[in-house]
Amino acid sequence: MSYAAKPLALPRAKEEEHEDPREHLMHDPRPRGEMNDMMMESMHSTTWKYWTATGILAVIVVTCLFYAWYYLIMQGLGVAGVNRPVYWGIFLVEVVFWIGISHAGTFISAILRVLKVEGRRPFTRAAELMTTFGLVQAGISVFLHMGRVWLSYWMIPLPNERGLWPDFHSPLMWDFMAINTYLLCSTMYLFLPLIPDMAMARDRSTGWRKVVYRILSLGFRGTEGEWKNLQTAMNIFAFGIIPVMFSVHTIVAWDFAMASRPGWTSSVLGPYFVIGALHSGMAAVAIVLFLIRSTMKNMKYFLRPEHFDLLGKLMLMVSMAWAYFYFNDYLVSWYGGDKWEKILQAFTEKGPLWFLWYIMLFCNIVVPWAILWNKKWRRTPWLLASAGLLINVGMWLERYIIIPESLTINRMPFTWRLYVPGVEIALTIGNFAFFFLLYMLASRLIPLIPVWEVQEGQESHMLRKIGKANIPTLSDME
Amino acid sequence: MATDLQNPVFTNNSEDVLAGRWGMVIDQDICTGCQACIAACAMENNIPFVGEVDAGYGRSMHWIRIERFWQGTFPEVKMTPYQPVMCQQCHKAPCEPVCPVFASVHSDSEDINLQVYNRCVGTRYCANNCPYQVRVFNWRDYADARQRPELVTLQNQLNPDVTVRRRGVMEKCTFCIQRIRHVEDTAKSEGRGIKDGEVVPACAQACPADAIVFGRVDDPTSKVSQAALTSRGSHLLEELGTLPNVTYLAGGSTK
Repeated sequence: MSYAAKPLALPRAKEEEHEDPREHLMHDPRPRGEMNDMMMESMHSTTWKYWTATGILAVIVVTCLFYAWYYLIMQGLGVAGVNRPVYWGIFLVEVVFWIGISHAGTFISAILRVLKVEGRRPFTRAAELMTTFGLVQAGISVFLHMGRVWLSYWMIPLPNERGLWPDFHSPLMWDFMAINTYLLCSTMYLFLPLIPDMAMARDRSTGWRKVVYRILSLGFRGTEGEWKNLQTAMNIFAFGIIPVMFSVHTIVAWDFAMASRPGWTSSVLGPYFVIGALHSGMAAVAIVLFLIRSTMKNMKYFLRPEHFDLLGKLMLMVSMAWAYFYFNDYLVSWYGGDKWEKILQAFTEKGPLWFLWYIMLFCNIVVPWAILWNKKWRRTPWLLASAGLLINVGMWLERYIIIPESLTINRMPFTWRLYVPGVEIALTIGNFAFFFLLYMLASRLIPLIPVWEVQEGQESHMLRKIGKANIPTLSDME
Repeated sequence: MATDLQNPVFTNNSEDVLAGRWGMVIDQDICTGCQACIAACAMENNIPFVGEVDAGYGRSMHWIRIERFWQGTFPEVKMTPYQPVMCQQCHKAPCEPVCPVFASVHSDSEDINLQVYNRCVGTRYCANNCPYQVRVFNWRDYADARQRPELVTLQNQLNPDVTVRRRGVMEKCTFCIQRIRHVEDTAKSEGRGIKDGEVVPACAQACPADAIVFGRVDDPTSKVSQAALTSRGSHLLEELGTLPNVTYLAGGSTK
């Protein structure tokens, strides 16, 4: 036997030696003008690939969403798969799913802004847009769901000609108010940090773009007073929108929790839905950032692996929190032993759709826990985006299990019946296409990276040479 | 009396209208499951035929259904009594508070849960929250003869006292409110009270076995009150506290 001499510690990998541990501070600032031009270039350059993708998406939206919706309105809900007892089908799955998607935008932007997390800077805009675009899809899905959508304005809280108001006892009214509040607040919150970028774009464009940007920049010139007011307003909105965000998905959960149905009546459903929203939303941010980074010009400078690393950590954390809440919800109904809850659980796990339950758990727990613990994997954008895609599949199925599958089972066994989706499938495809189409259009109309925020971060964090080492320093700008 | 915040209450201030709780008793032991009540209800209340495909997919619109079950495993199968189920007209109805537009309302004067078709926007929340699953939805324009030419002649048999509903609207058993109103009006014009057994809903009228009894449950001498108070009486899903106005009699000898 021979012994080989072994080093006490393995030599560090080469790439790690060169890796900047604080890469998210982006310590390679470029001149302001150059960065602005990079952003403008990415907004102006359109390839045939871009137009093809946009065209295909537009065709899908027109046929699968708008034509199918017209067909649905003219024929009635009979063309969908809803029946007795599954009165709520994929429409409501879509509502909950898209409101969930819209949550991460605000969460990432507002909470990280409040906590002054530096890594948030380049991707707040893309995330905030997700809130607005997600809410558009959720709103459409609500209208798709209604039996007489042409009378949906009756839900607006105004008395009719006989002095009758809508019923504020109804969780749907709370939902209506909450979603509208959220849409309004998140749109304003999206708009405020956009003002300096609109002004930047206004100064660098001509023609119709200049007109649009001039209107949207509200005459922003960049004076000290304007910046101060803007920062104050953004601060107020960042703090204020966090409770709004929590309340919205809690109220969406109450649509189900307030009803007396097995599988729905649960006091943990509110926070569980909020965490579920963040789970799917974070994952969607990863997908969108990956698409932006890999398809748009100059984005590799703004979106670094370090940012994906931060996102991956958040996704892992949220996934663990989701598992905790799911276990809570599950254990109480399992241990509680209510007859109908038992039947429903047996139906979910062993019924004809048993595989959905296992796919859901695999995508929501196994996938993030298996991939996101590894730093190298978190820093690989396509891998993170793939994990995000699977998480979204899992979260969509989770809502499917909560809504159409739970509705299959009720307290009158004579009426139990399976749900087979009809025109909902086309409408769902249309919804997804519309979401991405809005992103495609937005990517060429508004800067997807808040350039001024990146510059602000770079200016407040400089590298100073102390001895031989480069030490990041924090200026007193913040 | 304290206001019950759970139920939107529409008080009838007119003194002409008699306040009364209407109720029903169904004797499962003498129900033969002949389904005449279903046919009579459909004729009386203009309930459309939905067609074979939709009916097979759980979209039949009957306001009353006969539930039938069996006990045991195959060779030793035993039928349980037939169970006609219609809206239980809950005193505390779960369908009422969830409607955002007050389409599902409680009539204080009859203690009946009513659906205002004109106000319904079709969120279908009421149907989800109904533990008895007795609300039915107009999935298509089933009653529109312009879309279904086979209905052109059938339109002549529509009951003029009952609204014909269009697509996207929820509907349900009303205890034949039009018949209650008709008897109330007749009694008023004749200057007398309503006699027990004067109001007969279509299902009770059609029942060949007289398994369905209808009347005032706030009058202790009425036939329906007497029947409901026997030891054979029970309510569906009593544990939910919905206080239904329909009582089921089962077990033990008849009468």
